[in-house]
Amino acid sequence: MIEVRLFATLREGRGKVMMLPAESFKNAGEIIAYLDIPPEEVSILLINGFHNKPESEVKDGDIVALFPPVGGG
Amino acid sequence: MGYYEKIARINLTTGEIKTQKLDVEIAKKFIGGRGLGTKILYDEGVATADPLSAENKLVYITGPLTGAAAPSTGRYMVVTKSPLTGMIACSNSGGIWGQKLKYAGWDAVIVEGEASEWTYITIEDDKIELHDAREYLGVKSEAVDEMLKAKHGDNASVLNIGPAGEKKVLLAAIMNDKDRAAGRSGVGAVMGSKKLKAIVVKATRTKLDVIADIDALKAATARSMELIRENGVTGSGLRAYGTAVLVNIINNIGSLPTKNWQESYYEQGEDISGETLAEKYLVKPSACARCPVACGRVVNINGKIAGGPEYEPLWAYGANCGNNDLNVINECNMLCNEYGLDAISTPCTIAAAMELYQRGAIKEEDCAGVPLEWGSTKALIEWTKRMGDPETELDWLMSSGSARLCEHFGMPEISMSVKKQEMPAYDARGVQGIGITYATSNRGGCHVRGYMISPEVLGLPTQLDRTVTNEKASWAKIFQDLTAVIDSMGHCLFTSFAMGAQEYTDLLNAATGTNHTAEDVLEIGDRIYNIERMFNKAAGMKPEDDKLPKRLIEEPITNGPSKGMVSQLPLTLPEYYEARGWVDAFPTDETLKKLGLDECVGK
Ligand code: SF4
Repeated sequence: MIEVRLFATLREGRGKVMMLPAESFKNAGEIIAYLDIPPEEVSILLINGFHNKPESEVKDGDIVALFPPVGGG
Repeated sequence: MGYYEKIARINLTTGEIKTQKLDVEIAKKFIGGRGLGTKILYDEGVATADPLSAENKLVYITGPLTGAAAPSTGRYMVVTKSPLTGMIACSNSGGIWGQKLKYAGWDAVIVEGEASEWTYITIEDDKIELHDAREYLGVKSEAVDEMLKAKHGDNASVLNIGPAGEKKVLLAAIMNDKDRAAGRSGVGAVMGSKKLKAIVVKATRTKLDVIADIDALKAATARSMELIRENGVTGSGLRAYGTAVLVNIINNIGSLPTKNWQESYYEQGEDISGETLAEKYLVKPSACARCPVACGRVVNINGKIAGGPEYEPLWAYGANCGNNDLNVINECNMLCNEYGLDAISTPCTIAAAMELYQRGAIKEEDCAGVPLEWGSTKALIEWTKRMGDPETELDWLMSSGSARLCEHFGMPEISMSVKKQEMPAYDARGVQGIGITYATSNRGGCHVRGYMISPEVLGLPTQLDRTVTNEKASWAKIFQDLTAVIDSMGHCLFTSFAMGAQEYTDLLNAATGTNHTAEDVLEIGDRIYNIERMFNKAAGMKPEDDKLPKRLIEEPITNGPSKGMVSQLPLTLPEYYEARGWVDAFPTDETLKKLGLDECVGK
């Protein structure tokens, strides 16, 4: 399974955390599409804590974290 | 232009109040605010003063854009010699006080000497007066704000110190407009040492009317506003979640220091996140003067409506103390505002004390009934109060910051500080560039002296790999220089998520009538960074003060996604010095000459 964590506005209507079957997704972009998130709304994409791109592959046991544009100090 | 060309000089020893003409050429060379304030103190020999003596001076200073019809210009700075670090202090604050000071017609107010009785100052346009402040002694900051407003009118804006500043606590902040703080480096203690409780400002003007080219300012503002609106962070993200939204991001990259940096991933991170804050406690966002971003939080704390925590105190009272009770963090943040305490250094010192307790250096019997156990909400509340109004020996030690506390217990390496000031909420082992700016910050451990988190984590203006060191030194230098410019102009640093050097240059040129290119402006930032460094050199700074705690260099992260990483500062620091034209932590004469700092050559 892949653990998908959503943050800030991406949670609206979707929830915070979900487990998705690894075999259904080749890369992170497919997860984003599956969750019906417009690609431009994802500004930070982490796989296991490291920045990645939508085309980055995902595998069983990965944690994918998605953030909209956010910042602070 | 951009300046009223007036500085007030108030000597509290003699009671003398003088008006001094601002030297506009010098002002332009250092912009204003942070840059000009440091230049004034350097020239007046304050670097060698005892920070808590009559010889130290407090410069309350605006920038040429403070109060201008441009984005987020409600900022002023307090520049002085820090009693915490013994080096330059420049604490920046928002609210409305700085804008009022500017509208009253003052570029800066310099307070020197030491009053014999507790005093407060009123500034009403040209008129400056000293008043007896004894009736406000011991009164908490918010209440003083209300009392002075009741006396001087609702159109007054109040800056003051709480009980911590009165007692010269080294972590004391200066508060203004109730919940805005010039928080860091113990500037409140300097006010306390001068027996100055408050400064009340009233202004007849309602806008800045010394702009060199109003049409150019309008055009530059329109462009900047467009960028701010379009940018996801400044346009909507900060308003919705405040800076608190960082808790989950930084935790998810495994760089959220936990239990005094013994760990870097906090399992209960979600409980103290910006999302949880918004869901459970947020009443509404709030903004400083002239700010479209509105990152401030107004929260409900057990029925009381008050200013809410930013990211830093959320982390420091949360993960860093092993506490996931967000309501208690809100309460502690409010206590910091009431006592007038630095809401970063105070909880970080409690975290250090908790580690000292864990290691048996502080014993239960030392704790006067409130043991310093990880996650103890009672300890967080009680020790914050004690640090804000210290009585016992341990209260005093804790209120002096983690460096002095840990030194006292023979474990200096437990203090997670740089130049005796506590580091903020990003583990420099997991984010390589931020460590360079921590180590070389002229005011000690700090994230707003070159916010490398922006490129290394948030991807602004471009995404850098947080794990590598290449090019980080030169990025750090540019971020430090641009930050010095933004501060000195009177803008909020958060505008830089959307705006770049060119936008600031256009705004500065419009306000002051200069003709700078973006490169010129970055060079001014470089000059400011260098004069701060020369102030520190004169104050006795040593090359070995540019360092990170041993834990970050020698002890790899123990858990979470960044497990195994250490800071590569030994690699990047020489690169940074080279980029700066420094040898052994200080500018060469050649560098000083190149930057037009002839007054520092040979020093
Ligand atoms: S962004 Fe936040 S801190 Fe900055 S001026 Fe606006 S409200 Fe104040």
